[in-house]
Amino acid sequence: MSLSTADLLDYDEVLERFDPVLGLEVHVELSTNTKMFCGCPTAFGAEPNTQVCPVCLGLPGALPVVNGKAVESAIRIGLALGCEIAPWCRFARKNYFYPDMPKNFQTSQYDEPIAFNGSLSLELADGTVVEVGIERAHMEEDTGKSLHVGGATGRIHGAEHSLLDYNRAGVPLIEIVTKPITGTGARAPEVARAYVTALRDLLRALDVSDVRMDQGSLRCDANVSLMPRGATEFGTRTETKNVNSLRSVERAVRHEMSRQGAVLVAGGEIMQETRHFDESTGTTSAGRRKETSEDYRYFPEPDLVPMAPSADWVEQLRTTLPELPWERRKRVQTDWQLSDLELRDLVNAGALDLVAATVDAGAAPDAARAWWVNYLSQEANSRGVELAELPISPSQVARVAALVAEGELTNKLAREVVDGVLAGEGEPDAVVESRGLAVVSDDTALYAAIDDALAAQPDVAEKIRGGKVQAAGAIVGAVMKATKGQADAKRVRELVLERCAG
Amino acid sequence: MSNLTHSTAADLAAKIHAGEVSSVEVTQAHLDRIAAIDSTVHAFLHVDTEGALAAARAVDEDVAAGRPVASPLAGVPLALKDVFATKDIPTTCGSRILENWVPPYDATVTRRLREAGVVVLGKTNMDEFAMGSSTENSAFGVTRNPWDLDRVPGGSGGGSSASLAAFEAPLAIGTDTGGSIRQPASVTGTVGVKPTYGGVSRYGLVAFSSSLDQGGPCARTVLDAALLHEVIAGHDPFDSTSIDAPVPPVVAAAREGAAGDLRGVRVGVVREFTGEWYQSGVLGAFERSVEVLRELGAEVVEVSCPNFDYALPAYYLIAPSEASSNLARFDAMRYGLRVGDERGNSAEQVMALTREAGFGEEVKRRIMVGTYALSSGYYDAYYGQAQKVRTLISRDFERAFGEVDVLVSPTTPTTAFRIGERVDDPVAMYRADLCTIPANMSGTPAMSVPAGLSEEDGLPVGLQIMAPALQEQRMYKVAAAYEVARDKAAGGALINRVPELEVAR
Ligand SMILES: [Zn+2]
Repeated sequence: MSLSTADLLDYDEVLERFDPVLGLEVHVELSTNTKMFCGCPTAFGAEPNTQVCPVCLGLPGALPVVNGKAVESAIRIGLALGCEIAPWCRFARKNYFYPDMPKNFQTSQYDEPIAFNGSLSLELADGTVVEVGIERAHMEEDTGKSLHVGGATGRIHGAEHSLLDYNRAGVPLIEIVTKPITGTGARAPEVARAYVTALRDLLRALDVSDVRMDQGSLRCDANVSLMPRGATEFGTRTETKNVNSLRSVERAVRHEMSRQGAVLVAGGEIMQETRHFDESTGTTSAGRRKETSEDYRYFPEPDLVPMAPSADWVEQLRTTLPELPWERRKRVQTDWQLSDLELRDLVNAGALDLVAATVDAGAAPDAARAWWVNYLSQEANSRGVELAELPISPSQVARVAALVAEGELTNKLAREVVDGVLAGEGEPDAVVESRGLAVVSDDTALYAAIDDALAAQPDVAEKIRGGKVQAAGAIVGAVMKATKGQADAKRVRELVLERCAG
Repeated sequence: MSNLTHSTAADLAAKIHAGEVSSVEVTQAHLDRIAAIDSTVHAFLHVDTEGALAAARAVDEDVAAGRPVASPLAGVPLALKDVFATKDIPTTCGSRILENWVPPYDATVTRRLREAGVVVLGKTNMDEFAMGSSTENSAFGVTRNPWDLDRVPGGSGGGSSASLAAFEAPLAIGTDTGGSIRQPASVTGTVGVKPTYGGVSRYGLVAFSSSLDQGGPCARTVLDAALLHEVIAGHDPFDSTSIDAPVPPVVAAAREGAAGDLRGVRVGVVREFTGEWYQSGVLGAFERSVEVLRELGAEVVEVSCPNFDYALPAYYLIAPSEASSNLARFDAMRYGLRVGDERGNSAEQVMALTREAGFGEEVKRRIMVGTYALSSGYYDAYYGQAQKVRTLISRDFERAFGEVDVLVSPTTPTTAFRIGERVDDPVAMYRADLCTIPANMSGTPAMSVPAGLSEEDGLPVGLQIMAPALQEQRMYKVAAAYEVARDKAAGGALINRVPELEVAR
C-alpha cells in the first residue's frame, strides 16, 4: 500500500494543533548463556530448530524452571533505571494462539513486574535534559520466528505456507515500558530516539545484552497519540512495531504524528491498532484489524513458584553495579577537563568509547578527542558509516598521536598517515615508511636547503640580517617547499635565524 | 488363578530378589494375564511387551550376579497411566489429538520407575486429559470395572485401578487432580494415594490443572502403595513446584500400622461429607470402618469443615481455567493430530479444525468454561473468587488438623455406577469427586483404602484418610492398621472377592 503525501499533515501544522504523547516499549534479549526456562543455548544465528528441548518446544508434560541469571539481570536493569524491586512477584500466562509460540501462551509478568517506577534521564543534542519515567521492567520469554512464504504481505494471513524456527523461543526478554512521555512537542521524535539510545548505552554498560537492533536483541515498539494542544486527556494511540534502528525510531514517530494529524484534521478517528514500520518508505501501515480487542486471559503461572529476591541480594546487586553512562560522562569531563560543550560534542559524535580507548592506548585526551570528534567524524559522515565502523582502531589513532607528540610527524603528515590507515595500507608506522612521510629532522640537510634559499633570495637574506625577523617567513616557505613539507617549520625558522645571525 | 498375578508387590519383590522366581517369569505371567483378559477389561491402551521383558531381564541379571537390586520394587511389574511421558512408547492421555504421539523424553516419574528397576508393562486408559470420573471420556473406549463389567472403574485413572482389580498388574501409577486416583481406587476395591502437592514430580505429567495435578501410587495393599510411593516421590529440580524436603517415611509407617495399634491417634470424621448425594450402603460401610478405627484404639471425634461445601464449584472454575491454557499447545503445529492441512487453509484454520476433531466433548466443555472464567471482566468473579475459596478450604484443614491427626470420610458418595448412566449429566458425574476435591484444593495428602462392600449392591466402598501436608506417614499408618483389622474380620482381603473374569480365547 502506498501512502500519498496528502495523507500526511505538515509537521509544523501538527504541532500547531496537537501535543504528541509517546510511550515506548523496549524488548531486550538478555545475553544469558541459556534460555529463560530451560537449559538450551541462546546463541544467535544457529541452524533452525537446533537449540530446542521439550521445555522450549512446549511438549506435553514439560515444565519451566526460572533462569536465575536472567532474574539477576532483570534486577540489575531495574536498579540502574532507579526502579523499586518487588520483594515478591510472579510470572503470569499471557494466552493467545500463534504458531511460533510453542505453548500458545507466553510466560510473562502481568500485574506483578519485578521492577517498577523508575526514570531515565536523557540529554538531547543541544544539551536539553529530558526525564523519562519508567513504568515497569518485567521478565518474559521470547517467541520463535516464523517465515510466511507466499501471499502478498509476508504475514501469516494469506501465506502459502509458514516455516517455524523455535531457536529463539524461550530466550529471556526484559520488557521496559515508559510512563507516558508528554510535553516534548516538536522534539518528540528526537526524544524517542534519545531514549532508546540512552537505554541501549545503559544496557551495554550493564553487560546484560548484545543490544543489537539489527539482530533483534533490542526491539522498540513506539506508542504515539495526539491530543489537541493544551488538552490533558490523551488521544487514541497506535503501536508501531518493526522499528529496527535508532533512526527508524525517530522516523516512525514523526511519520505517525503526521499521519494521525491528517486523520484528525480531516475529522477522522484514530484506530487503536498495531502498525508496522516500513524501513524503505519511512511509513507505517496497519496490521490486520481485529474484530474484537485481544483478551489475553492473564492468570498467575501455576507451574512456577513466586519469586522473592531477598533485600540482601538486591543490595549486593546495587552496590556492584558498574559505572553507568551518566556517571562515566561526569568522570570523563573531570578527568579530561572538558567544557560542557566539548563533552556534548564528544557524546553526540558517539565518540566517547573510542576516545576513551585511544586515551587508554596512551594518547593525550585532547589529541584523541580532536582525531575522533573532528577529523574522523567527518570521514565517517562522508562515508555514511558509524564512527566505530571506520577501519581504524583506537590504538592506531594513539600511535599517530604519539608520533606527532614526539615530533616525528607534523599534523599535516599525521592526517596523511591516518588516511593511509583508512585506505588499508597497514599500521601507522608502515604508512610513514611506505609513503616516506617522516619529518626531515636532519639539521645538515636543512642547512643546505636554507643556504640555497638564502642564495636564491639575497634581498630577503639582507633584510633578515638587518634585523627584520618577520622576513624569515619567505625563506621558511621556500625550505618547506623544497623539502615537500616534511620539515618541521618551527625548527627551520630557528635555523634560518641562526644562519643569518652571522 | 496364578500365584504370580495374585501376589502383592512386596511378596513378588522378595521372591525375585531371593532368586525364587525371576522377574521375567513374573512379568510374563502378567503379560499373559493382560493378553487373556484385557480385551474384556480394556485397562491398557498400549502394552510394551519387549520393553517390559528387557527391564525384567536386567533385574534378573543383577540378582543372578549377586549385585544389589536397584530398589525394593526392582523386577515388579507396573501399569502406568497414559498421562506420563514415556520415551519411545506412545503417550496419548486418552485423546485423539495425541494419538500415536511418541515422546522424545521420559517423565521424572517414568525415569524413577525405570531407575528403580520397576517393570513398566504398558500405559493405562484414562478419561481424556484426566477429565472425568468414569474413563468413559477416553477417545479409545471405556474401561470396565472387574467387579461388574457393566460398571465404570472410576476415573480418570480407571485403567490403572482396573488393571489392579483385574490382576493385570500389582502396582500402578495414577494422577489425582480432583480425585482421579482415589475415586477409581474406591470403586475398584484397591488402594490409591494422592501425595502432598509437590511430593511427586509433575515433570513429564501432561498437565490438566497444574496447581492441582499430583501423581501417586496405586496398589492392592497399603504396604505396596507405600513401597511405590517411596520410589516415585522426592524433590525434582525440573519441577519448580516440587517440594525440597525428605520423603515422609511411609513404608515404615505402613509396617508400624500393620501391628494394629492406633492408640493415641486422633481421627476426625468430617461432618459435611454426608447427605442426599450419599448412597446408604456407602455411609453404612463408612460407619463400620470408623467403628473399626475406634476398636484399634483411635480416638474418634467429629470435625466440621464448613467451606468444603464450596470446594466442588470452585474446583470447576480453577481446573478448567488452567486446562484451557494448558491444552492450548495442542495446535497441530509441532506434534499430534493435524487436520485440514491442505492448500487454502491458513495455520489458524488448521489449528481450529484439529482442535475441533481432536478433543472430545468434555475437554471442549472445560476449555470453554475455563476460557470464559479467565476472560477480562469475569476473572475476579470466577477465577479470583475460586482462589479465595481455596484459601478458606486450606484454613478448614489447618483448623481440623489442630484438633486431630487425620481426617476420614467416604472416598466417593456412591459405588461404581453403570456405564452410560451419567454421561448426559455432567454435574452428576462431577459429584463423584465431592469428597476428594478438598484435598486437591489445599494440596494436602489423602488416600483411599478398601472399606468393604456396600450392602445394597455388593460393590466396593472406599475409606478416605486425609493428613496434613508432608505427613503422609500418618495416613499410611491408619490405613495399614485398618486394612489388617478389616481383612481379619472379613476373613481375607477384599480384593480376593472380585469375580473371576472369563478368559478370552
Ligand atoms: Zn529448551
